[in-house]
Amino acid sequence: MNDMSQDTYVTDDGRTIGGVVMEMKNITLRFGGVVAIKDISFDIRQGEIRAIIGPNGAGKSSMLNVISGFYNPQEGDVFYKGKKRPPMRPYKVAQQGIARTFQNIALFEGMSVLDNVMTGRLHQSNAGILSQALWKGRAEREEVANREAVEKIIDFLEIQSIRKTPVGRLPYGLKKRVELARALAAEPSILLLDEPMAGMNVEEKEDMSRFILDVNDEFGTTIALIEHDMGVVMDLSDRVVVMDYGKKIGDGTPDEVRNNQDVIDAYLGVAHD
Amino acid sequence: MFYREAGDFKTSYASDNQTFPIKFDRYRYYAVMFVAFAIVPLIINDYWVSAIFLPFLIYSIAAIGLNILVGYCGQVSLGTGGFMAVGAYGCYKLMTGFPEVNILVHVLLSGGVTGLVCVLFGLPSLRIKGFYLAVATLAAQFFLVWLFNRIPWFYNYSASGQINAPERTFLGVAVTGPNTEAWASYLFCLVILTFCALVARNLTRGMQGRQWMAIRDMDIAAEIIGVNPLKAKVSAFAVSGFFVGIAGALLFAVYLGAAEAGDSFGITKSFLVLFMIIIGGLGSIFGSFAGAAFLVLLPVLLKNVLVGWLGWPTDMAAHLEFVIVGGLIVIFLIAEPHGLAQLWRVAKEKLRLWPFPH
Repeated sequence: MNDMSQDTYVTDDGRTIGGVVMEMKNITLRFGGVVAIKDISFDIRQGEIRAIIGPNGAGKSSMLNVISGFYNPQEGDVFYKGKKRPPMRPYKVAQQGIARTFQNIALFEGMSVLDNVMTGRLHQSNAGILSQALWKGRAEREEVANREAVEKIIDFLEIQSIRKTPVGRLPYGLKKRVELARALAAEPSILLLDEPMAGMNVEEKEDMSRFILDVNDEFGTTIALIEHDMGVVMDLSDRVVVMDYGKKIGDGTPDEVRNNQDVIDAYLGVAHD
Repeated sequence: MFYREAGDFKTSYASDNQTFPIKFDRYRYYAVMFVAFAIVPLIINDYWVSAIFLPFLIYSIAAIGLNILVGYCGQVSLGTGGFMAVGAYGCYKLMTGFPEVNILVHVLLSGGVTGLVCVLFGLPSLRIKGFYLAVATLAAQFFLVWLFNRIPWFYNYSASGQINAPERTFLGVAVTGPNTEAWASYLFCLVILTFCALVARNLTRGMQGRQWMAIRDMDIAAEIIGVNPLKAKVSAFAVSGFFVGIAGALLFAVYLGAAEAGDSFGITKSFLVLFMIIIGGLGSIFGSFAGAAFLVLLPVLLKNVLVGWLGWPTDMAAHLEFVIVGGLIVIFLIAEPHGLAQLWRVAKEKLRLWPFPH
């Protein structure tokens, strides 16, 4: 990492963007003969909203899976908070403060909204199994403390009225919001959102965009997101990575990306007038 | 009208999170506990204890144990009978090896031993799921029964190959052996069941239970949000084994008095307990009780009706009993696939509003 990357700067809307918190260096990921990601490097800075875009099959979700530890790349390194991260199981990555949502909602359908979000607080609970079995001491205190933290998030995302509803009964838009709540409950330092607005109508998209901006603004959470709605991406994000066929074809601010000829050819296209 | 939440405000998260958040439920629970602990022991006789109460209490413990594994953690097990045998033989070896130690300690210890054995046979669950895991646990069932039949050390080289529970006292009262009073064995099992149910409830409503349910509902997502699958599954097998082992120990020491691995802890036991939790409701402590009650009481009831009232010959009644119980299970599962616990929940939802329609 060079010195430039540690500079902090203030965005037009007054948010402070810090130094690099996560850096991907020359990542290559193969499945047998298929190269899903080819020699990609980019970084994510503290407090920014970083978008990853590209056509279907470009390797965006694979990239997110590499960040969250679900896939281990054959080549290249992941640097997190300045340290090289060895290959590790996803739950260890989660413990380090990386939370995510999924493209196809991955909530625990049999549990209530409250229990789903409480599950996100796993790493804020250290009570042993005996304490939990007797519901005394640490387990009881932690349960109340976690509930308080979770209720704040429930308030924040405006899902108070459904907190005791089993997740299986909720409509799609709300499920997406519950999933965001579960990820936020972990108080992550990096939040990965895999197509948070897929399949939503305009109003739901507006709501979700507002929540993403608020999360970034109020909690200072660094966000990396994959999204197909260009309007949303260009409005929300500070910097954008563009992928195509596993390669990086563009990286920069929304304006830079929008005017990048490679990106236009591969993905954005031109308006016919 | 009587059963409602209106006016029952919660002012702390602890009170919102208690086992019975509705006042009426809480009082009903206290009433049931009072009747079970203070009134039933005064009026029961040998018939009621041996035909109804002991099997119900002991199978409830086993059902709670299996429900934690299958209902909460989603790991199918067909080895319950074998694991109960571990509890029984463990208790037998402990009782005969250390006669001076309290029987309660023996029962809890045999639960612990069973927990360890259960973890051992649960390790394949880290790689295999569903039916394949069921087959792996089925292997445990057959292996354990074979082990207890073939290695004489387990039955202390007795000529019959049986194990017999010697007389042991708890607080000066015999709870095992032929001289046990009905109320003593009843109370002994009831205390242990109450303890098990409370522990199970606490575990399942807290972080541990959420990890289990997360693994059950979507194991990949659970791992990505930070659940260690190894720990979650192994702890489910351990806790489940603990309860099932206690149930096995009680079944042998308090209820049967004498046992033989193949007869008392065969594959039918595994299925019986599995049916209990399926009929009662997977992922519900109440369902474990309801399922155990259903499968213990129904045959007794049928026998009383067919033989006692209708005067049919005993052997025909016994055969018809199987047919009727089997048929009822099928009909019941078609009508309410989520079990008795779901019926109970629906009834409570309705009662909340009654007598108003909305």
